Amino acid sequence: MRSARIGQLAVTNSQEALSFFALLLVITYLIIQLRLQLRILGSFVSPLAVIFMLASSLVPDHMVPKSELFKSGWVTLHVTALFLANALFAVAFSVSIMYLLQERQIKNKNFGFLYPRLPSLERLDTISHYCLLAGFPLMTAGLVTGFAYAAMVWHSPWNWDPKEILSLITWLIYAVLLHERLAVGWRGRKAAWLAIFGFSAVLVTFLGVNLFLKGHHSITVR
Amino acid sequence: MCRIILLGMNHKSAPVEIREQLAVACQQDSNPLLLFPHLENVSELVFLSTCNRVEFLFTCTQAVKAVQEVKALLRNHLGTMPSTRVDSYIYAHEDMDAVQHLFRVASSLDSMVIGEPQILGQLKTAYRQATEYRTVRVILNRLLHKTFSVAKRVRSETCIGSCAVSISYAAVELARKIFGELRDKRVLLIGAGEMAELAAEHLMAQGVRQMVVANRTLQRAIDLARRYNGETVPFDHILDTLKNMDIVLTSTGSTEPILTFRDVKSRMRERRNRPLFFIDIAVPRDVDPAVNQIDNVYLYDIDDLQGIIDLNMEERRKEAERAEHIIAEETIKFRNWMATLDVVPTIIALREKAERIRCNELQKTLSHLSLEEKDRQAMEVLTQSIVKKLLHDPILFLKKKAARDTKDLYVDYTQQLFNLTERNGSDVSSLTEEAPDDKKESNILKTLKK
Repeated sequence: MRSARIGQLAVTNSQEALSFFALLLVITYLIIQLRLQLRILGSFVSPLAVIFMLASSLVPDHMVPKSELFKSGWVTLHVTALFLANALFAVAFSVSIMYLLQERQIKNKNFGFLYPRLPSLERLDTISHYCLLAGFPLMTAGLVTGFAYAAMVWHSPWNWDPKEILSLITWLIYAVLLHERLAVGWRGRKAAWLAIFGFSAVLVTFLGVNLFLKGHHSITVR
Repeated sequence: MCRIILLGMNHKSAPVEIREQLAVACQQDSNPLLLFPHLENVSELVFLSTCNRVEFLFTCTQAVKAVQEVKALLRNHLGTMPSTRVDSYIYAHEDMDAVQHLFRVASSLDSMVIGEPQILGQLKTAYRQATEYRTVRVILNRLLHKTFSVAKRVRSETCIGSCAVSISYAAVELARKIFGELRDKRVLLIGAGEMAELAAEHLMAQGVRQMVVANRTLQRAIDLARRYNGETVPFDHILDTLKNMDIVLTSTGSTEPILTFRDVKSRMRERRNRPLFFIDIAVPRDVDPAVNQIDNVYLYDIDDLQGIIDLNMEERRKEAERAEHIIAEETIKFRNWMATLDVVPTIIALREKAERIRCNELQKTLSHLSLEEKDRQAMEVLTQSIVKKLLHDPILFLKKKAARDTKDLYVDYTQQLFNLTERNGSDVSSLTEEAPDDKKESNILKTLKK
């Protein structure tokens, strides 16, 4: 709603970013649900979306002065691609948690409440894999547009902004995961742990920087 | 007054020697239903015989005499045996107890393995035979159809048949939880125990892509491979074939583990970590238990599988309690139906329905017209006498039949013709229409009505 009012994608402060992300997450889940009919995934993704919405309403709402800087198509592209990638990684994160729960039950021969409800291991692993396959190029595209736009505006693609550094680290984690999966044949438990680790890096990049560190992504500097 | 009686014996009431004779009798061609015309006191009869139970379900008016006749029939069925011995193994349930027992049998609550699905099919066969020999009429027709729908309800509303309770099936369930679809999976069968073969058959039924057999005796391996449409590998090459397999079933007589931690570990990288599922049914075990610690490798031995089965059995027992509730409920419904078979309630219901229709229609008409009180009363009298004259013959007919054996049939048809059992009216018609005899007759009645 706010997006329309200020004529640019409303992601400049944390509140808007979080609710926009929750929205994208739910949309991503719904698309996956339509394709795969995996209803239980919803019970893992929806709490995540709820947490983001809650966080969004808790974060102090300081309006950011409008800036011509954010009215470019490049920014929209940059933000949408990254957020979509993050939503896909969030789904991969949920699926990985499901995988680890199910794997532990089967491995320890100790079947609980969730056992009959969770899908098979191979299915979970495949979903996580495809989320990664779709999410990684999006993330790469998001980063590249970000660098390109930075180069245009500030005449240097790399500004040692904390968010830039952390994003690159996150990107590297996912790059490693993808490489291990495709080339070495990692799958299952290790891959699931790395997907969870990767998503926590996403959270740090996404929230930690917005809330605690200053940089041009948190708008106050320039 | 019509009685429903069920005489029989099952795995709880009779020891195994007697049941063995049952199994023998099962295979004979002679069907006790053939003797139905000789039974003077039995008006309807259904005969169910499986390896673990034999049940005679019948209706009669003279309970004592009929029970004696059916007992004689049972002894005859079992062959020569001292009558006193047999009698002590027989249980007899009467009326609603019999109905409840039948519901429990059909829902597989009375089975040796609770929740096993075969019994319902056997009961359906028994009923079909009874219709072929024309030994069932209104009451048992209705009862058996009700039984089938109760059993169906129990199946769909409880999880009584949902978890695996055999070793081989538990293994297949696990495989499905690991791999999802088994269609593109390959199975390696090492050694050939009875249980492993059963599990292999289950896996085949799931449509696995390929079955490979390894056995120390080559001939045996070839035989098995032919049975499963698979291939054989030499026993020494097992480790190399691991690379392409997804499920490994072992049941050799070897005293040493044939697959060790190191063997399997070194092959996981070649497999690119695709999951590998070992089902070890051998005692002593064929696969080193440490193998389970390797990532993406799952090992279940016979005790693990037994543990799952015990849990599932426990689950079934819990579900059985829920099923008992359903059965109690349905038994009461059936009792209510039985009560309506008496002539008097039907006549009352018929009159009530007619009166209700009369009042409704009269009110509709009168509300349009502005009549004087005198005319109003004349209308009242007119409609009353129409209803009375119309119902006179059917009621007289029913009363005349009240003393006859065939009364139930007429009561049932009257109820259907006038749709009197409104509490469960819809399923009365649908159930009785399934029975071939009834359908014919009700068609005749329909044409008569026209």
